[in-house]
Amino acid sequence: MWWTTLQLAWRELRANLLRSLLTTLGIIVGVAAVVTVVTLGQGLTVKVTADIASMGRNLLFVLPFTPQRAGPATPQTPFKIDDAHAIEREVRGASAVAPSTIRQTQAVYGSNNWQVAVNGTTNPYFIVREWPIAQGRIFTDSEERGGKPVCILGETPRKELFGQQTPLGASIRLGATSCEVIGVLAAKGQSTFGQDQDDTIIMPILAVQRRMTGNDDVQQIWVSAATAGQVRSVQESILSLMRERRRIRPGEQDDFLIRDLQSVSSLVESTTALLTAGLSAVAAISLLVGGIGIMNIMLVSVTERTREIGIRLAIGALERDVLAQFLIEAVLLSCVGGLIGAGLGLAGSAAIAYAIGVPFVLSPMVVVVAFGFSAAVGIVFGFFPARRAAGLDPIEALRYE
Amino acid sequence: MTQPPLIRFDKVSKIYGKGETEVRALDGVSLTIDDGEFVAIMGPSGSGKSTAMNILGCLDTPTSGRYFFRGVDVGTLTRSQRALLRRNYIGFVFQGFNLLKRTTARENLELPLIYRGENAAQRKQQAMKALGLVGLTDRANHTSSELSGGQQQRVAIARALVTEPAVIFADEPTGNLDSARSHEIMKLLDDLNRTRGITIVLVTHEEDIAAYAKRQIRFRDGKIASDALTQKGAA
Repeated sequence: MWWTTLQLAWRELRANLLRSLLTTLGIIVGVAAVVTVVTLGQGLTVKVTADIASMGRNLLFVLPFTPQRAGPATPQTPFKIDDAHAIEREVRGASAVAPSTIRQTQAVYGSNNWQVAVNGTTNPYFIVREWPIAQGRIFTDSEERGGKPVCILGETPRKELFGQQTPLGASIRLGATSCEVIGVLAAKGQSTFGQDQDDTIIMPILAVQRRMTGNDDVQQIWVSAATAGQVRSVQESILSLMRERRRIRPGEQDDFLIRDLQSVSSLVESTTALLTAGLSAVAAISLLVGGIGIMNIMLVSVTERTREIGIRLAIGALERDVLAQFLIEAVLLSCVGGLIGAGLGLAGSAAIAYAIGVPFVLSPMVVVVAFGFSAAVGIVFGFFPARRAAGLDPIEALRYE
Repeated sequence: MTQPPLIRFDKVSKIYGKGETEVRALDGVSLTIDDGEFVAIMGPSGSGKSTAMNILGCLDTPTSGRYFFRGVDVGTLTRSQRALLRRNYIGFVFQGFNLLKRTTARENLELPLIYRGENAAQRKQQAMKALGLVGLTDRANHTSSELSGGQQQRVAIARALVTEPAVIFADEPTGNLDSARSHEIMKLLDDLNRTRGITIVLVTHEEDIAAYAKRQIRFRDGKIASDALTQKGAA
């Protein structure tokens, strides 16, 4: 009985294919929108989380800028290498500390040249950033202490300068400095903010200071907390240590700032969640409108098929048979719409995810919920027309032209 | 113990409207129809024959008086109970054929069987048997628009027959057909009545169609004007 009713309903919808499609368009759009928004939102969250992990776990960085609520931060007295040493020495829970000074330079090898950020730092940088060496080695103690002109290439300058050739042992020119390649970093890819993290060349910080910047400034200090739970206490210790070292009196404003990636990540996540919720609400309204569209067409259909309903009632259909028939048609209509919408939504979000470089996260839950919602829309908005059909007087219905 | 008569009207009245606009479509009609009869109900339009037919077919209920179908007082039944009565005991043939559009002959025949909850195999077998009785086995998979008027009416008769009802009510079954087709249909009904003993109650206003019946009841102004056996019925 149910199976037969389903088949009859399916045939009825097929017979008015264009009308059925137009009717269910609201559902299709609504479900597609919900699925797209939620899928992309989840993809974004996954990407941000992964990116932040790729930046380095439990990462903090200290910058010589005045913290500002809005607008650009004001640059302040730069750090010195001693500041990094002090953090290393005195902050409990700081497992790795790396000072860093960056200089934009032209890198030249043979006839190839490439504009690149040369990052002067120390070996702990590779630990803080959780950045393995793909070929070659890291700096030796004497290279670091002596500020020797050696460098480790990021994947992007390696590709641009060397192509298929072996970079290890080769000598490249960075501005006026000649420099031996001793290693190549593993590829890391883009950061959350769209920067190419691989577009870098690492040198000992003393080499950059002496040969390129000409001063002993440190622009940034990278710190890794030993565990996630220690990020906060490490941050607080650095704060009081740096205030002391930079002689800031109680009540005075900091002239440096400490960022931790956990807070960045939770900010991004909460923003994404808010956005997803807002857009989902809009999509839900679209589903509501779709439901009204279904009700409208089902009412037209009941009027059109008054005679058919009369025949069915005359030959022994009960009210509930007719009710079930029209209800099933409405539910089938909205479910087919839901399926098409879910398909379109998944395809669309896969395409968008690919285009904006966000992973495509297929969440069965979203599809099930969207589909269930569309079925519910069918039941709720199909009920009134079905009720009207079932309540027809067979004599009147049979006389209807 | 004798079975109660198939149909018994006991002073049945049907009144439409109230007060000054009141119309007495049926006015205290009493009659009895037994199993195996072939009755033609006749009368000019407005005589109450269609109203009588609606009540007979359990589509409508009397305003006053009582209608017993196999001893059951139809007036006391709910809408659903009357639908079950139609489902199990009554077949309808209409003037306008009233087959479902875009639906094959066989599927039209299966419809009442679907409501009776029969499975696909039973439905197909019974539908094909009924199509055989009206001589349309080869048209089983044609939709109603692919059939002529006479063929459509034969499919409709087969649909009325397919549940093996106690009685078939035919409301002007030849009204939309030419005379040759009309006589074919009447011969078919006559044959079903004679050979299979199916009770047939027919509404018509054509004398030659009514002549196929064994008994003729004439209505006038909501009352029975005459009720007599035809030559065929007397024979």
